[in-house]
Amino acid sequence: MKIKRGIFKAIIYVVCILLAILCILPFWIMLTNSTRSTYQIQQHAISLLPSKYLISNLNVLLGKSFNPMMGFLNSIIISTFSTFCSVYFSTLTAYAVVVYEWKLRRGFFTFIMAVMMIPAQVTSIGFYQMIYRVGLTNNFLPLILPAIAAPAMVFFMRQYMLGALPLEIVQSARIDGSGEFYTFNRIAMPIMKPAIATQAIFSFVNSWNSLFLPSILLTRQEKFTMPIMVSLLRGDIYKTEHGAIYLGLTLTVLPLFIVYFLLSKYIIAGVALGSVKG
Amino acid sequence: MKRKRVSYAKYGYLFSLPFVIAFIIFMLYPILYTAVIGFTDLKGLGNTQIHFLENPLDNFKEIIQNNSFKIALKNTFKIWIWNFIPQMTLALILSAWFTSGRLKIKGQGFFKIVFYMPNIITAATVATLFSSLFGYPLGPVNDLIKTIGGADAFNFSQSKLASQVIVAFIQFWMWYGYTMIVLIAGILGISTDIFEAADIDGANGFQTFFRVTLPNLKTILLYTLVTSLIGGLQMYDIPKMYQNGNPDNATLTASMFIYNQAFAGSYKYNTAAAASMVMFAIIAVLSAVIFFMLRDKDEAKLRKQVRAQEKEYRKKMRGEKV
Repeated sequence: MKIKRGIFKAIIYVVCILLAILCILPFWIMLTNSTRSTYQIQQHAISLLPSKYLISNLNVLLGKSFNPMMGFLNSIIISTFSTFCSVYFSTLTAYAVVVYEWKLRRGFFTFIMAVMMIPAQVTSIGFYQMIYRVGLTNNFLPLILPAIAAPAMVFFMRQYMLGALPLEIVQSARIDGSGEFYTFNRIAMPIMKPAIATQAIFSFVNSWNSLFLPSILLTRQEKFTMPIMVSLLRGDIYKTEHGAIYLGLTLTVLPLFIVYFLLSKYIIAGVALGSVKG
Repeated sequence: MKRKRVSYAKYGYLFSLPFVIAFIIFMLYPILYTAVIGFTDLKGLGNTQIHFLENPLDNFKEIIQNNSFKIALKNTFKIWIWNFIPQMTLALILSAWFTSGRLKIKGQGFFKIVFYMPNIITAATVATLFSSLFGYPLGPVNDLIKTIGGADAFNFSQSKLASQVIVAFIQFWMWYGYTMIVLIAGILGISTDIFEAADIDGANGFQTFFRVTLPNLKTILLYTLVTSLIGGLQMYDIPKMYQNGNPDNATLTASMFIYNQAFAGSYKYNTAAAASMVMFAIIAVLSAVIFFMLRDKDEAKLRKQVRAQEKEYRKKMRGEKV
């Protein structure tokens, strides 16, 4: 019995390790190939060890239309502001639903749940026409401001707030003469910090990775975000520059890797937390 | 001592106002606008003139009869199913292993971090990376086939089946870690009493999994299924960047179809809008399922009770009157 369980456990570890390799290997190949010359890659496309052509690949990459610094800055601007908008206003909306008794409260919350799943693709034609008419294509605002209304995040914040924010605190703040808005900013926001942190990470990563809306709205190259820049790598200009393509790919996801390995513990906890709803 | 009660209700309205305004401008209006465009002849780059068709349903008729759209919908569901079944199976197996009190698997923290990693990496980059990995004739996968298998290089990008399988595989690869973590959280949320009882009754690992774990995970499984399906319907980044619909529309999805109709050269906003509305209808039905799952069940029950009591009370009142 004990031996049987031992074998079973060994199989489990082997499967898990193989899966781990499957998850890491593509990225590892990407990293090593970004340091190898095109000739080396053509001889053997897989090498587990890096080579020494990083700089020459970088020169090839930057010598053409690919400008990672610009894409990086654009992505940072959009992701940072939209994350701020979604986190702050979602918490505020959740606060309105949790703390105050108002006539339309229940209806409003039901409504938020009903619209939680509407994807950008479905609204994109009308959205594009609207933005085009007001002349805001190639502007970051249409990619930032919609984050103010993030129904799924309001839902999450509300669930968290029900457990974390005792209404007595709000009441005693009132007795102490604190204004409602001040109470929200100075008392509710700090209490919500753990929820805000995880939601901020997801919101940032989502915004950083999004391709559909940016590729519709941003047509000028100096406005491109990182994911749109990736499509440049697929174009004809880099057709045979394999090393440069791998390097370009690496550059687009480097910030994500850094964020992930710094915060992975919280991210995993956040996924688990977000899933146990209702 | 009676103090004047201050009503704070107005703050409820005030604090939800930014959400409502942003929602109306950036979601409600675009949706209605899209719906309206679906009944017009809006075509051409830079054209914003709304002009309704004589037969308002023409665009919808055209879309429903459009072969590419049919193919796109079929591909979307096919690729989703090919990714979802292995993804769910693997996630269930892994979560059963990781939560088993008898097996006590070590290194779970590490495995979770590694399995989840592909999920946060930009899908556009992942898809482009895979198109390089499966490159012909010199990509890394073909390198493996030649070196280890001793076979000829295979041109993955020319095969319809291979392209669909690879897109489904990328989806699977990016999402099984996420699903696993969700399921583990779900299993850990089940009361330990039930597992102990099963243990005392002498249930083995398989019996415990199929008779205790799975039935108790029903809600979470359904939730994962529906959210995955809604996400799958929007599948765009990976098929777009991996093969851009090629070969022969094998990786064309519904979202790509909408994009191509409206933004890739033909600027047929009207038919794209009609296709969006078809997609919207499908997603609305699926969302309704989630909506009923996530309702506050206790609250709903309580309200039902209150209503029943009121009814009884009224009945009694009437009875007394008669």
